[in-house]
Amino acid sequence: MDFLSYLINGLGLGSVYAIIALGYTMVYGIAKMLNFAHGDVIMVGAYVAFFAISNLGLPLLPAVLLSIAVCTVLGVVIERLAYKPLRAASSLSVLITAIGVSYFLQNAAQLLWSSSTKVFPSVISNGGISWNGLTVSWLTLITISVCVLVMICLVLFINRTKTGRAMRACSEDKGASTLMGINVNLMISITFAIGSGLAAIASVLLCAAYPSVFPTLGAMPGIKAFTAAVFGGIGSIPGAFLGGLLLGVIEIFAKAYISTQLSDAIVFAVLILVLLIKPTGLLGKRIREKV
Amino acid sequence: MKTKKKLPALMSAKYRGRTASYGCVLAGWLILEVMMHTGNLSSLFTSLLVPVCCYIVAAIGLNLNVGVSGELNLGQACFMSVGAFTAVCLSGSLARTIPAPLPRLILSILAGALIAAIFGILIGIPVLKLEGDYLAIVTLAFGQIVKSLITNMYLGVDENGFHFSFVDNQVNMAPGGKMLLNGPMGATGTERISTFTAGVILILLALIVVYHLMYSRSGRAIMAARDNRIAAESVGIGIFKTKMLAFAVSSCLAGAAGALYGLNYSTLVPAKFDFNTSILLLVYVVLGGLGNMTGTIVATVVLVLLPELLRSMQDYRMLIYAVVLILIMLLTNNETLKTWVQKLKKRYTAKGGTAHDTES
Repeated sequence: MDFLSYLINGLGLGSVYAIIALGYTMVYGIAKMLNFAHGDVIMVGAYVAFFAISNLGLPLLPAVLLSIAVCTVLGVVIERLAYKPLRAASSLSVLITAIGVSYFLQNAAQLLWSSSTKVFPSVISNGGISWNGLTVSWLTLITISVCVLVMICLVLFINRTKTGRAMRACSEDKGASTLMGINVNLMISITFAIGSGLAAIASVLLCAAYPSVFPTLGAMPGIKAFTAAVFGGIGSIPGAFLGGLLLGVIEIFAKAYISTQLSDAIVFAVLILVLLIKPTGLLGKRIREKV
Repeated sequence: MKTKKKLPALMSAKYRGRTASYGCVLAGWLILEVMMHTGNLSSLFTSLLVPVCCYIVAAIGLNLNVGVSGELNLGQACFMSVGAFTAVCLSGSLARTIPAPLPRLILSILAGALIAAIFGILIGIPVLKLEGDYLAIVTLAFGQIVKSLITNMYLGVDENGFHFSFVDNQVNMAPGGKMLLNGPMGATGTERISTFTAGVILILLALIVVYHLMYSRSGRAIMAARDNRIAAESVGIGIFKTKMLAFAVSSCLAGAAGALYGLNYSTLVPAKFDFNTSILLLVYVVLGGLGNMTGTIVATVVLVLLPELLRSMQDYRMLIYAVVLILIMLLTNNETLKTWVQKLKKRYTAKGGTAHDTES
C-alpha cells in the first residue's frame, strides 16, 4: 500500500511539473528559446492568487481565473518587450535576456511584496478518499485531474483548431508559415499567453501543496519543470506531460526509499542516464543533420 | 589590414587582443595596488578584489567553453565548488605541516585545479556526447548533483587520519580533531590565505593558457569544430577529443578560481556555488563577448561592481541591474544601432586611421 500511495503522490507532484513543463516546451517548440523567466511567472501567479484570496476575499475559482489573466498578460508583455526585438539574435543573447527578465521579476516581487514568506491559505479541504486503507487527498486528485484536463484541451487545441495548426506550422518552418499567410508574431504571442496561463494554474496547485509564497518560489519548480521538458524531449507536448509525471514519481520514490537529502541528485542522475541512452529525450524527434 | 607603417609586433593584428588583455590586467593591478597603499580604496572595494579575480578566472574558463568551443555550459559553478572545497580541505589539513601560507596557497590552488579538471573530464565524457540544449541541461544537472553531494559530505581530520561520512554526520573522530567539511554548513574556520596579488597572477596564468590554446593547432581545431562540425570531422579533427580539451581546461580554470575563492573566506557554504553562480558567470561571458577574453575581464569587473556602485539606490539596485542586463542585450542586437556603428567605423577608417577590426 505504501508503494501505491507514493506512486499517487508522485503523480500529483508530477502533474504540477507537467503543467509547468508544457509552458517550457511550447515556447521552445515555437520560439526555439529557453525561457528562464517561466519559473518567475509561476511566482507572480502565486502572489496574485494569494492576494486575491486573502486580501480581496475571493473564492478559489475566481482567484485562479484572476491569476491566469494576470499571468497571461504578463507573459505576452514580456514576450513583446524583451524577446520580440531579439528574433534574429543569437540564442545566447535571448537566454541572457530571459535571465535578466527573471532577475527583474524576482526583485520587483521583493520590492512590491517584501522578501518575507507569506502563508498561502488552505483552499482545498484536507480530507480525501479512502479505499482499502489507501488514502488519496483531494488535493492530489484535483491536481492530477486538472493536469489530465489541461493536457486533453491542449492536444485538442493544437491538433483540431486552425490556430493550433498554425502554431505547429510556425514551429516547423517560420518562413514557409509567413508565406502561407500565418501571422508568426501573433502565434508566438499566443504560445506565450497559453504557457503563462498554465504557469498560473500550476502556481495555485503548487501553493496548495506547499503553502508558502516568496519571491524565489519559482526557481526550483522552474528548473525541475525544465528538466522534465528535456526528459520527455523538448518541443514535444506529450513528452512534457510524460516527463513531468515521471520526474514527480522518481522524486517521491527517491525521497521515500533512498534519501530525502539526495532526492534532487537522484532526479538529475536519472535525467542524465535517460539522455545518454536517448539523446533527444523520451519522445523527442531526432533531426537528421544534413550537409 | 591596410596599415602601411610597420607596427611593433605586439600591436600587430595577431597579437593586439592578447596585448590588450595582459595590459588591462597589469594596469588594473598597478592602479589598485597604488590606491591600496595610499589608502584611497574603501574597505568594501578591498574586500571585493579577490572575489573579482576569482570570477574573472572562472569566466575566462567558461568563455573558452562557451565562446571558443561553442558549448553552452550551465554548470561552471560546480567546478568552482569542487576546486574550492578541495583547496579548503587540503589547506586545513596541511596547516600544521606547512605553516607558511604562500606554499600552502600554491599547493591548494594546484590541487583544486587538478581535482576540478579530473571532474571536468569525468563529467565531459557523457556531456560532450550530447548536443545543443541537451548538453546545456546535462551540465545544469551535473551542477545540481555536485552541489547536493557536497552539501551532504562530512569530513574530519585528527591524528589518525581522515574520517568521512555521507548524509549522516557521524564522523567518529578522536577529541581534538578538526571538521573540514560540515554538510550544509560547509567549511568553517578556514585560514584566509588568498591575496590580491595571487589573484592577478592567476588571471595572467589563465590568459596565457587560454591564448596559447586558442592560437595553437588544437585551438584552431576547437574553433573549426564549433563553426562547422561536419566539415571539421571531414578533415580529420576528432570532435570529442577537441571539445574535451576545451572542457577540461575550462573546468581546471574554474577549479583554480574556486580554490582562491574558498581560501579568501573563513566560512564557505556549498550553496554559494549554485545554479545562480553558473548563470552569473555565463552573463559575464556573453556580455563581454563570446571568445573575447578582454571583454570577459571588463564585463566581470563592471558587473561585480555595478550592484556595489548602486548601493545608494538601496532596494532598487538589483532591479536596475536586471534592467541594465536586458537593455544591453536589446541594444547590442538592435539593427539600426548596428548599422549606425558600422557607418561610424567606416568613416573613421576612411579618414586614414587604422582599421579597428574586432578580435575573433
